[in-house]
Amino acid sequence: MGHLTANPVVDTAGDKTMILNMGPQHPSTHGVLRLLLEIDGEVIVRMEPDIGFLHTGIEKTCEAKFYQQVVPLTDRIDYLCPMVNNLCYVMAVEKLLGLEIPPRAIWMRVLLGELQRISSHLVWLGTHAMDIGAMSVFLYCFREREDLLRIYEMVSGQRMMTSYFRIGGLAMDPPIGFFKTVKKFVDAFPERVDEYEALLTGNRIFIDRLKGVAPISKEDALAYGVTGPSARASGIDWDLRRDMPYCGYENFKFKVPVATEGDVWARYLCRVQELRESQKICTQALEGMPSGSIKAEAPKVVLPDREKMKTQMEALIYHFKIVTEGFTVPAGEVYQAIESPRGEMGYYVVSDGTAKPMRVHMRSPSYANLQALSKMCEGGLIADAVAAIGSIDIVLGEIDR
Amino acid sequence: MALTPAVTDLDQLKDRPTISALLAWNQSAVQGANFDRDELSIYIARENIRDAISQLKSQGLINFLSDVTCADFYPREPRFELAYHLLSIPRKERVRLKVKLSGDDPVVESVMPMWPSANFFEREVFDLFGIRFLGHPHLRRIMMPEDWEGHPLRKDYPVEGFR
Repeated sequence: MGHLTANPVVDTAGDKTMILNMGPQHPSTHGVLRLLLEIDGEVIVRMEPDIGFLHTGIEKTCEAKFYQQVVPLTDRIDYLCPMVNNLCYVMAVEKLLGLEIPPRAIWMRVLLGELQRISSHLVWLGTHAMDIGAMSVFLYCFREREDLLRIYEMVSGQRMMTSYFRIGGLAMDPPIGFFKTVKKFVDAFPERVDEYEALLTGNRIFIDRLKGVAPISKEDALAYGVTGPSARASGIDWDLRRDMPYCGYENFKFKVPVATEGDVWARYLCRVQELRESQKICTQALEGMPSGSIKAEAPKVVLPDREKMKTQMEALIYHFKIVTEGFTVPAGEVYQAIESPRGEMGYYVVSDGTAKPMRVHMRSPSYANLQALSKMCEGGLIADAVAAIGSIDIVLGEIDR
Repeated sequence: MALTPAVTDLDQLKDRPTISALLAWNQSAVQGANFDRDELSIYIARENIRDAISQLKSQGLINFLSDVTCADFYPREPRFELAYHLLSIPRKERVRLKVKLSGDDPVVESVMPMWPSANFFEREVFDLFGIRFLGHPHLRRIMMPEDWEGHPLRKDYPVEGFR
């Protein structure tokens, strides 16, 4: 933030170019992103993102909290997929602790993680299409997102800031009728994707607006740290769920959509295909959902059941200890990376052996993907910059943290 | 999965491709290694970090820079530990290179000439920890306002602000 003179966007060539300020209150910057554009007529000569307007110091706050108290903070990083953030954090701490998670909790995590991927991609699809000018798609997407938010509310009591995952398992067993509701949604979903595709994929105006716009090559995508669907659209065949499986993803069968063009259109196609693949993973998770406990056997880390706490002295003591002084985590450091809807989400947690993390760092995919935006847009038109911003699917909450 | 003790002996770890490559290149640059919780960390001397990453990249052992970050171990000296998270997509393997920096001279060479993605990562570390990266073309604050005093993620930063 502040003034931006260190690599100044100034008029050096005389009177040919001018500076245009885009954001932070621009509707198609998807949050508080400010872009400085040096333009020559309608063509962008140089672009520079300016971030930090949403910086809340979450990484610093984490250092003052017990390990279990950090979970609600992680919701607020990427607010479009809070459970994926929960998952990454709790997996990092479980790795530090060496905890074994029961299968039911793992499968529930996969199911909810994929539902979150669908709802996050729906927000992307709706807003991206709206930026381009296709207003009605937004309404279709938010219709399904509403169903998903109800599902999250069923399971966690909250629509958005769910905080449902716990270190060592889940907060509580899903309610009666939960799987039926999810199944109904998942079964109906492929038809819904057909509806979106009917509106967009064959749409002449939409294609003309996206094809060949803001391309990035495979080499540049690697060099600029692009991950996720944006990287796969440039031909980088890399998905952490398939290539470095975590949280039981090795038990699921799904395809990883890859394209080679690297333009906005390829990114659109990859994400829409991912909607279908996520639906398949959800179906498999529902079919194979194991029964049993949703919490690990670790009384010093996992809160006891309410009923046990009221009837057993030992459980009451553990409950009291965890809530008042937390639990200690053996010293060490881990970097846990997972595939968030936007790319590689990584949590770097350093423990010094006390009950509070010494350092929590989030490697957020949007932060790295945003760096490639200038590379994509330079040489293109201003109107195409809007399409490019939508296509990398950034969330400013996780960029600024 | 119970925790197994960390392997910190360099001799036991020298069969790993990244470590053997670095040892063959410059034995004195490798200060130590650590294999803990399935993750490999290699401690590199401060003056060698850029060349070490460049070596690994040119030998094809890594091809992606995931993250650059830092942790402050105040009041211990050297207090800062920089962590470079590197990834090899073809080998499906991660490695973490670490550099220890003292509090009175927190300067290290930038890896931005090799990895344009280090731009934001290094700016963030500079902004929040006050570590300077030599050779970074526009090292300035990224999260905090330009006129902010101090570096918030340092452990001796007053959380209630300067009085």
